[in-house]
Amino acid sequence: MRNSAWRIGAAVALLATGLAACGGQSSTSSSGGTAAGGDSGIKVGILHSLSGTMAISEVTVRDAELLAIEEINAAGGVLGKKLVPVVEDGASDWPTFAEKATKLIAQDKVATVFGGWTSASRKAMLPVFEKRKALLWYPVQYEGLESSPYIFYTGATTNQQIVPGLDYLKEKGKKKIFLVGSDYVFPRTANKIIKAYAAANGMQVLGEEYTPLGHTEYSTLVNKVVQAKPDAVFNTLNGDSNVAFFKQLKSAGVTAEAMPVMSVSVAEEEVKGIGVDNIAGHLVAWNYYQTTENPANTKFVEAFKAKYGADRVTSDPMEAGYNAVYLWAEAAKKAGSTDVEAVKKAAGGISLDRPEGKVTIDGENQHMYKTARIGVIEPDGQIKEVWNSGSPIKPDPYLKTYPWAGGLA
Amino acid sequence: MEAIVNQLPIGLSIGAVLLLIALGLTFTFGQMGVINMAHGEFIMAGAYTAYLLQDWAGRQAVIVALPVAFGVAGLMGLVLERAAIRHFYGRPLDTLLLTWGVSLVLQQAARDLFGAPNVQVQAPSWLQGGIGILPYNRLFIMALAIGSVVAVWAYMSRTSQGRRMRAVMQNRQLAAVMGINTGRVDQRTFFIGSGLAGIAGVALTLIGPVGPALGTYYIVDAFLVVVAGGLGQLRGAVIAAVALGLLNSYAEFWTNASLAKVIVFVAIIAFLQVRPQGLFVLRSRALT
Repeated sequence: MRNSAWRIGAAVALLATGLAACGGQSSTSSSGGTAAGGDSGIKVGILHSLSGTMAISEVTVRDAELLAIEEINAAGGVLGKKLVPVVEDGASDWPTFAEKATKLIAQDKVATVFGGWTSASRKAMLPVFEKRKALLWYPVQYEGLESSPYIFYTGATTNQQIVPGLDYLKEKGKKKIFLVGSDYVFPRTANKIIKAYAAANGMQVLGEEYTPLGHTEYSTLVNKVVQAKPDAVFNTLNGDSNVAFFKQLKSAGVTAEAMPVMSVSVAEEEVKGIGVDNIAGHLVAWNYYQTTENPANTKFVEAFKAKYGADRVTSDPMEAGYNAVYLWAEAAKKAGSTDVEAVKKAAGGISLDRPEGKVTIDGENQHMYKTARIGVIEPDGQIKEVWNSGSPIKPDPYLKTYPWAGGLA
Repeated sequence: MEAIVNQLPIGLSIGAVLLLIALGLTFTFGQMGVINMAHGEFIMAGAYTAYLLQDWAGRQAVIVALPVAFGVAGLMGLVLERAAIRHFYGRPLDTLLLTWGVSLVLQQAARDLFGAPNVQVQAPSWLQGGIGILPYNRLFIMALAIGSVVAVWAYMSRTSQGRRMRAVMQNRQLAAVMGINTGRVDQRTFFIGSGLAGIAGVALTLIGPVGPALGTYYIVDAFLVVVAGGLGQLRGAVIAAVALGLLNSYAEFWTNASLAKVIVFVAIIAFLQVRPQGLFVLRSRALT
């Protein structure tokens, strides 16, 4: 008797734990609230990893997108209606992204979706958006070689980030480079491009190493890098691995002066987690820094800190996500409708002054004209710009205008 | 050539990390047969303990945190054992599901408490620098692993509590008949096992990320060490950790990180075909 009572109790406890886990997740995932707007609002989807290994980065983009929605609503909304965010959790799991995208489009009937971070999540969502003719705004720099008619890419493509990064290294006389990346589509494609660039520009690639996402043991890799004696390291690691890599590189005695690391997935937010001691002096390539000087950025940084706390920082993908909402709103206003085809048609040529400077939508490939900026990480955790491209660079996802990139696409 | 020589200390230091994360599991999994998927989250709790103590202890937080994290993670383990796991003894699959759920809850709790981004734990300044390829912080982890093993060995073989723990492990009924309060021994075992995870967590702040997902990066490796070493065998865990560390180090050196993982898994599977019980087998006269 006692025994069976225990069993029932235990089963209830197990169920409760399970429910608590589910409850916890769904309450975060719908934190935007769907009921608030009622029929009068325009629903927009926000789909980022709020749990799992990518949450570290993607949660911050969600925050920036929610801020943009709030600001647009405060200014009267779009076409006289308020925007109502529907937030879903992609859980760092690519099939989940496809599933949640389907849910947002079919069930919630959102006007557009802002979401994704890893290329794997974008590749998983792409067929969903193309099949259902719905719109995705993807806010992160990526490896290029893609141009879906149903995706707007508000982060940099390779010729606005990686190629300028390489130009900078070349200009500084860094002829021998070592490539380190996470083992998935973005780093592998990026490194293909880097190798083609190196071959055409008299640079030498001394090694190319990949580690699984979430890898934390870098002593062997650091040993390989140290033995190869490169002038610089080009780093396409993503997520938590960057923390382990920089900590272990630092403790192996490698300094930024002797061997600078150029990173394309480390921004202000990641610097905090890595520990500025471990990464100060190393280089990054982006289109935006919290320190970028213009009135739109001052306003963005102030509004973000006011909403989320003074200790928070802003970064490039956050700014690109923040821009995405404004660019879509502008296109919808111009189209006079939130209809996908009308918005797509109206979007081309839209130009806004954003925190990173002037951003213009290229109507043809649905990427943005963006200014490339190289920065060095300062001891206070901020990034100081040391070089920029002067004017916004036309997006060229297939690198058609670069002769050395002939064999890549 | 120099690089190949360098891989030896690197392999040993990887082994030390593996040993540290697996040591607690040799108690809870090895001694008690509980598959505790939340072990990784106890490691995480240790790391966050060091983070929180920074406000008070500054750069020495890592040292101060060692005993505190042992207590914090140990208490978490004790609560888990009392509140849930003890009702599932002898039902490993149910325990696995239960503790996996607890692990998800703890991860989300950390995310809500400390935020999703990683936090920074500053290493003491005297741990900067190193000898050759081996940084001081790696040497510190090796010393910590050796110290923990010695302490655990002394406890198990030199104290009456440790003897009772082994008695319960070898034959629960007989131990109970001899007047040992097995429930209390279980509590103590779980406290120590979980506490050791906390210590591992503090050490890991020196070399890796400190975030809500921290535990998930180490849990599989920890189980591999315990399984390969033989359940409940301290020397098995030590040898398995060092062997896996060296294998990992050289496999990654000659191939790459992804392939090294595959090689390690294949090696363990092959090894378990030959010795399903692991390196060392507990011999007892029990009829189980």
